[in-house]
Amino acid sequence: MKSICFYFQVHQPYRVKKYRVFDIGNDPEYFNDRGTGKLNNRLIAEKVAAKSYIPATALLLKLLKKYPQLRVSFSFSGIALEQLERYAPEALDLFKQVVDTGQVEVLGETYYHSLSFFYSPLEFEIQVNKHRDLVRRIFGVWPRVFRNTELSYRNDLAQWADSRGYAGILAEGWDPILGWRSPNYVYQPKDTQNIRLLLKNYRFSDDIAFRFSSREWTEWPLTTGKFGQWIGEAEGDTINLFMDYETFGEHQWEDTGIFHFLEHLPEEMSKNPGIDFKTPSEVIQTYRVRDQVDIPHTLTWADTDRDLTAWTGNPMQRAALDAVYALEQGIHMANDGRLLEDWRKLQTSDHFYYMCTKWFADGDVHQYFSPYESPYDAYIAYMNALSDLRLRVEKAR
Amino acid sequence: MFGWEFPPFNSGGLGVACLGLTRALAERGVEVIFVMPKKLDLAVPWTRFVFADGGDGLESIDMRVINAALTPYLTPSSYDEYRRQGMAMAAGSLYGPDLMSEVKRYAAMAAAIALKEDFDVIYAHDWLSFEAGMEAKRATGKPLIAHVHATEFDRCGGSWGVNNDVYAIERAGMDASHRVIAVSELTKAILMTRYGIAEEKISVVHNGIDETTAPQGDSTLLRLHTLKQAGYSVVLFLGRITLQKGPDYFIRAAKRVLEHNPKVIFLMSGSGDMERQMMDLAAQLGIASNLLFTGFLQGHDRYEAYAAADLFIMPSVSEPFGITPLEAMRLGTPVLISKQSGVSEVVSHALKADFWDTEEMANQILSVVGYPHLKNTLSENGAKDAARLTWSRAAEKVDTVVHEVMHAL
Repeated sequence: MKSICFYFQVHQPYRVKKYRVFDIGNDPEYFNDRGTGKLNNRLIAEKVAAKSYIPATALLLKLLKKYPQLRVSFSFSGIALEQLERYAPEALDLFKQVVDTGQVEVLGETYYHSLSFFYSPLEFEIQVNKHRDLVRRIFGVWPRVFRNTELSYRNDLAQWADSRGYAGILAEGWDPILGWRSPNYVYQPKDTQNIRLLLKNYRFSDDIAFRFSSREWTEWPLTTGKFGQWIGEAEGDTINLFMDYETFGEHQWEDTGIFHFLEHLPEEMSKNPGIDFKTPSEVIQTYRVRDQVDIPHTLTWADTDRDLTAWTGNPMQRAALDAVYALEQGIHMANDGRLLEDWRKLQTSDHFYYMCTKWFADGDVHQYFSPYESPYDAYIAYMNALSDLRLRVEKAR
Repeated sequence: MFGWEFPPFNSGGLGVACLGLTRALAERGVEVIFVMPKKLDLAVPWTRFVFADGGDGLESIDMRVINAALTPYLTPSSYDEYRRQGMAMAAGSLYGPDLMSEVKRYAAMAAAIALKEDFDVIYAHDWLSFEAGMEAKRATGKPLIAHVHATEFDRCGGSWGVNNDVYAIERAGMDASHRVIAVSELTKAILMTRYGIAEEKISVVHNGIDETTAPQGDSTLLRLHTLKQAGYSVVLFLGRITLQKGPDYFIRAAKRVLEHNPKVIFLMSGSGDMERQMMDLAAQLGIASNLLFTGFLQGHDRYEAYAAADLFIMPSVSEPFGITPLEAMRLGTPVLISKQSGVSEVVSHALKADFWDTEEMANQILSVVGYPHLKNTLSENGAKDAARLTWSRAAEKVDTVVHEVMHAL
């Protein structure tokens, strides 16, 4: 038997508005852009819900009812759930319904989709717990498998998750790290007791998430028949298909046929008696560990480098990260809920990604996915907002 | 190739472009005969110069003065003004009574030169040499390529005040050309909408920069050092002080910056018809002590200004290309450029703002001054950006157009 293990990431940051130097000390609102552009968080939540979350989840709900053997898993950032609750309750309601089928697992992560693990162990723990509480309140379930922001992973993260009782943890299945090992098996992270490691099969995942609509791709168009055949031929116990949920309808638009593909995948797979669907927890329970994996350096699912350089690669990004975590002590001393909340919203990884300049080289800006005109504009808005927050912290003490 | 100015006898980007382009073309094996309207002491190893003023025996002319009188950025009316002020007196009888006469005289000589020389394609830079290009074409029947570095609409900062004679020459020159080269998409759009030139006839070739054209110097003795030691940041404007370049927006942004941070010095380098007006404006806004006028800078002075600046600003109202930001970036100086510029189409590692948005410009200036990592990242990446935009890249595209024209015959 071989299993398909889906994990979909649902995340939306609170984007910082065009916050100018002149606003410092005068405007304590950083995330309330009311324009028609890409910084209006409400508009974006509504748009993504309409284009992706609602149609994809309605379809998924239908499929889960039609195919009782179908399984998927989700990880929702806390701030995505917050925004859906406020701006797109219909989408959140659909998510609740799919989780209620019992065929869907919800994973654990940081509430603020932050890189706090690498900057503040205490803050990291607080954010994971806050996320767990939210998932419990909204979905009534308790996360048993953990995934960190941008699928960032390291031995010590697995050791932490092991110590906190998680059954599993997810990471990128990157060949240079795996060597001869296939991502299609269950592994044990180095120096852990009970936790299991599941690795993303990035080739099959990216066939759907990135290449699906690419006409330059020799395999275009991707049909469920073709994909089912590939999965059938693949060796291993589990094919881990990890991707952003926005793949359905937002990254790949409806007219690419992505919903059609999703709709017919379970039916196609049911033709092959050797393939089933499993959640990460079920995969861990079903298949035995094949080997131990040692990942001492940070691995992520980002771009071709598979490291954190998209978030920490240039001096601006490092300065911004240092600056936000330098406020930690002051924030706790100020003991003000509003300040704490704003500070945490400024930790979301997307802010630092928008400052990335490595895709901005060679005059090729097509890879620069950002609501800002340039990494420099992103940095200016962020640092100005952070300067205001610092003033507020100083005043509160 | 018909031109109008060539370094060191140039007053702006047109001459720089001719220098960079001819050298890069020569490196590709293209032989360029560069025609100038008058005899100048010019010699570069890669190009042969021909002068359209009968040539020999005229070396004793005061070149600086003559050059000033023939600056391509003068409008016909300001040329009259120059003459009235007696600034072109030394030119004597060599020059016509106005810029237009000089353009016509150049054109009249062009046919004779063209008949004497051996070449395949005629190439003319801007309206001042378009008539010469057209005459050469009439005399020889050889194909003409028009390279547009600026249009009358850019020089006037809009449609108000456009000189009809200049417009007519620009239009006729482009109509007579087999192909037109525009220095940016912005210029291409102007050529299509204002001059009715067919899109398929226009190729965009962005300008470049390399060691031939970049300002050179050593950074040992910067005169602004003391000021910077005292904690001041330096923000630089370098260009003609004319409507097109947006000097007034620079000053209004400076005013806004100084309200928040008095430790910033604004340098305004260049000369032009708005210089006096800008001094008055600075005084009126009460920022005269933080706004220094340096006059027109050349050579090492120019290098020093770039190197000392923490930020270079080009707030042009309408800039067909804009080479100066590339000069600054090459020296590791961060730049803030107006979105209404051709250079903003090819430069990624720069701050950009609408020329009229002085509030945003002030925000960006204060950020560069206040966040050292912003400055450093812009500096490092900007230098790489400028290194990528070479003249050989531009020459390759020009070469392609030249070959297409030759093979179309």
